[in-house]
Amino acid sequence: MAKLNVLQHELVPAHHVVKKEEEDKVLKELGIAKDLLPRISRSDPAIKALEEIHGPLEGGTIIKISRKSPTMGYSVYYRVVTSEVFK
Amino acid sequence: MTGGISKRIYRIQFALLSPEEIRKMSQVKVITADTYDDDGYPIERGLMDLHMGVIEPGLKCATCGGKVDECPGHFGHIELAMPVVHVGFIKEIKTLLDATCKSCGRIKLTEDEIRSYRERMENISLSTSDPEVIGLMSKRITEEASSRSVCPHCGTQHSKLILDKPTTFREEGIKVTPKEIRERMERIRDDELLFFGLNKEVARPEWMILTVLPVPPINLRPSITLETGERSEDDLTHKLVDIIRISQRLRESRDNGSPQLIIEDLWDLLQFHVTTYFDNQTAGIPPARHRSGRALKTLVQRLKGKEGRFRSNLSGKRVNFSARTVISPEPFLSVNEVGVPEKAARELTVPVSVNTFNVEQVRELVARGPEARDESDRYLAGVNYIIRPDGRRIKVTTQNAEENSKRVEPGWTVERQLTEGDIVLFNRQPSLHRMSMMGHTVRILDSQTFRFNLAVCTPYNADFDGDEMNLHIIQKEEARAEARIIMKVQEQIMSPRFGGPIIGGIHDHITAMFLLTHGNPMIPENVGVHMLSYLDLDEMPPVEVHDGKRYYRGRDIFSLILPKGLNLRFSSKLCASAREKCEYEDDPEDKYVTIINGRMVHGTIDEAAIGSFSGVIIDRIFRKYGPEATAKFIDSMTRLGVGFLSIRGFSTGISDYDIPESAIARIEEISNDAIERTEKLVETYRKGELMPSPGRSVEDTLEIEVLSTTGMVRDESGKIASNFLGLNNPSVIMARSGARAKMLNISEVAGMVGQQSVRGGRLNRGYYGRTLPHFKQGDLGATARGFVKSSYMSGLNPLEYFMHSIGGREGLVDIAVRTSRSGYMQRRLINAFEDLKVNESLRVEDTVGAVIQFKYGEDGVDPTKSDKGKTIDVDYHAYDIEHEVA
Ligand SMILES: [Mg+2]
Ligand SMILES: [Zn+2]
Ligand SMILES: [Zn+2]
Repeated sequence: MAKLNVLQHELVPAHHVVKKEEEDKVLKELGIAKDLLPRISRSDPAIKALEEIHGPLEGGTIIKISRKSPTMGYSVYYRVVTSEVFK
Repeated sequence: MTGGISKRIYRIQFALLSPEEIRKMSQVKVITADTYDDDGYPIERGLMDLHMGVIEPGLKCATCGGKVDECPGHFGHIELAMPVVHVGFIKEIKTLLDATCKSCGRIKLTEDEIRSYRERMENISLSTSDPEVIGLMSKRITEEASSRSVCPHCGTQHSKLILDKPTTFREEGIKVTPKEIRERMERIRDDELLFFGLNKEVARPEWMILTVLPVPPINLRPSITLETGERSEDDLTHKLVDIIRISQRLRESRDNGSPQLIIEDLWDLLQFHVTTYFDNQTAGIPPARHRSGRALKTLVQRLKGKEGRFRSNLSGKRVNFSARTVISPEPFLSVNEVGVPEKAARELTVPVSVNTFNVEQVRELVARGPEARDESDRYLAGVNYIIRPDGRRIKVTTQNAEENSKRVEPGWTVERQLTEGDIVLFNRQPSLHRMSMMGHTVRILDSQTFRFNLAVCTPYNADFDGDEMNLHIIQKEEARAEARIIMKVQEQIMSPRFGGPIIGGIHDHITAMFLLTHGNPMIPENVGVHMLSYLDLDEMPPVEVHDGKRYYRGRDIFSLILPKGLNLRFSSKLCASAREKCEYEDDPEDKYVTIINGRMVHGTIDEAAIGSFSGVIIDRIFRKYGPEATAKFIDSMTRLGVGFLSIRGFSTGISDYDIPESAIARIEEISNDAIERTEKLVETYRKGELMPSPGRSVEDTLEIEVLSTTGMVRDESGKIASNFLGLNNPSVIMARSGARAKMLNISEVAGMVGQQSVRGGRLNRGYYGRTLPHFKQGDLGATARGFVKSSYMSGLNPLEYFMHSIGGREGLVDIAVRTSRSGYMQRRLINAFEDLKVNESLRVEDTVGAVIQFKYGEDGVDPTKSDKGKTIDVDYHAYDIEHEVA
């Protein structure tokens, strides 16, 4: 049986890795330091799915999440990968 | 406060107090249970010894030399005659005793196990790791050690240690004394403490057995002098007296060789006193009581629960400049106002700083004194206190007012009494949303209650069956400005919960506007004028002449309170379910409420038009004309409603539900029919002939069939009853207009109450195989399972009454469970969100600046301003523009 890719589920918003060279641009646009961004655990299923494609993601990688929104069409959210495990 | 963080908490360490430490921090060894001598002077080495601080002015602390407000208080100590168990650590003591050997003191693990566990425990540092992880790990290890009955080190056989709540340990039925427990704990090796999650530096297990008791500073347990001059000691002091007395007696008995039995009794008594000193609600022992019979408030009681230090003194505090009293309605007040009784207004004050510009006015104010009235004996705001620049307060009395007014200079502050037009905050608990606390302007009224417009009941969730509300007087200009601009009632008409109006017409408003507009009644001129005299108007409605008599039309009168230029078309609640023509309206056009340029031309005003939560007219007025116009509309509506109803009259009563004998007979017939059909269904089921519906068992199918049968007859009977109850029936008017109750309630009264249910199914619990002992076991018939065929009007028979109560209880339980659960959930949400803020770029941040949401709500939309959650209602705007007057 093929392994389920959570990112393809319709209830999971699209996760994209922000390339290293684009990070500065994104942070500048947001006007914020990296350590103030929301975080996402490395053990998160979405990250595991991304790692299948991109190989291991190191801590500090920015993930761009595009969510569907009834009022906006879609809305963008950013998270930083961390090795912390959230409870 | 000067701002900035002066100290940051780096870490917190929890530890046990060792006896040496207790003695070291103690300033005095307390040896006598007495407090004061005959002259009222603290007895030396007594519980009120001056070394532990001072509470009386004039005396000085024997330790630090400080006077009453300077001395922080100091600990003393009591040497207990015999060791006792500390209740707070009883669980830990049990674990320690269970997991270790009683003779050699080693943990009951093999050397191999110890080695491997030690490695793992040493990996996680006690001081930096997650306490939860340490706790879990230590629990696993100690459980393993406890399950072993033979010591792997010395081979001692262990029998089960039983904890006899709260503090007695027994081994094979024999009591293990605290002294022995302490000895066992002493034998536990330092290097094995980490298996219990203890840090050997600061927590030796034997310290959990008390030999020395700290005596808290006197500041923590001050005695109070009653009016009679009698001194009354704090509960803690009482408890400490008991402890010292018993400890003394125990020491004497032990030293002069009293019988073991007496010593044991005293020892138990000492244990009881020390236990209740910590926690007077320990399960398993009676609480220690005061002479009056009141249970003593000891250490745990001071901290725990709603009335405890945390929730009552730290998270929430009593406030000044506030008032609380019963509320009552007053339709002649605006929604923006609150009626404050004179008595409260005299006590509540606003500080006025005196400057060169207002000094004359303020002097005049002060000269009025604290009981000012005008020529017609009406309330005038006076002044209670004047405050000098050095902070000294001078009480203003009628006698010294004149004189004091001359002393007032710029730089002084004057505490002015509440006056009409002051903005205040008004609040009703539970404060579940932001509309639970709104800004009102003050009107001073006679009598004893706070009063406000009925339309404001909804956001406060208030009624007048004895509800009380709180009033807070704002003390600063900035706060007053905020209250006026963002907290005032008219600014809160739109709810952030659903993007519609939460303030709007309720019961009588809706009934009145319904009667005024339904069928566009003709109102004789004189009657109309009387009604209009309740309103503040610039124009009169058009007059129609019939048979030489002059009339106003109801819709024209209603149109008077609508803003000019309002264009609106929507379906009324009355006709919401109608397809082509509405059965309640003669004119097919009246299916829709049509308003063109502020004139209502068609339809009926009801809940859908002016109700809180749903009112379309209120919603549109707010969006097009703003808060002030909306407040004015609601105010006018309230007055018009009162004017109309008081001249027309409106009342409801049991006769509203009279239906003809023939209808009653018909309902009886169909309900008997339903009972019969249920009987048949049960029979088919018993014969095993009932076909299960797809995906269901036969039993479920039967239940569903019966439910639909009984449901059908209730609807049927409702229809039969409603046939005789038309729109001229007050109860029906209220139900159809949405003012109060539903048609279902009417059919329950006039027709039949119907099937009672618990958790969505027919009643099925109670006795074995039956709901009540009046039925045969396994009776699945309608009556046996909660079908009530009577109506409230005809009355329920005893069996039906029971069935109805069973069904009714579910509702009560639901409410009780829901409120407590949602209350706690709300508390957690509030605590999680309390210091988040939305910054200038609509980003949601916490106090550090870490992002929670990049844009508020992910779309930056303020739900208050949204149109029921949607961005815009295009149809309405199209209609509005189409009918715009050029
Ligand atoms: Mg009430
Ligand atoms: Zn002192
Ligand atoms: Zn042993």
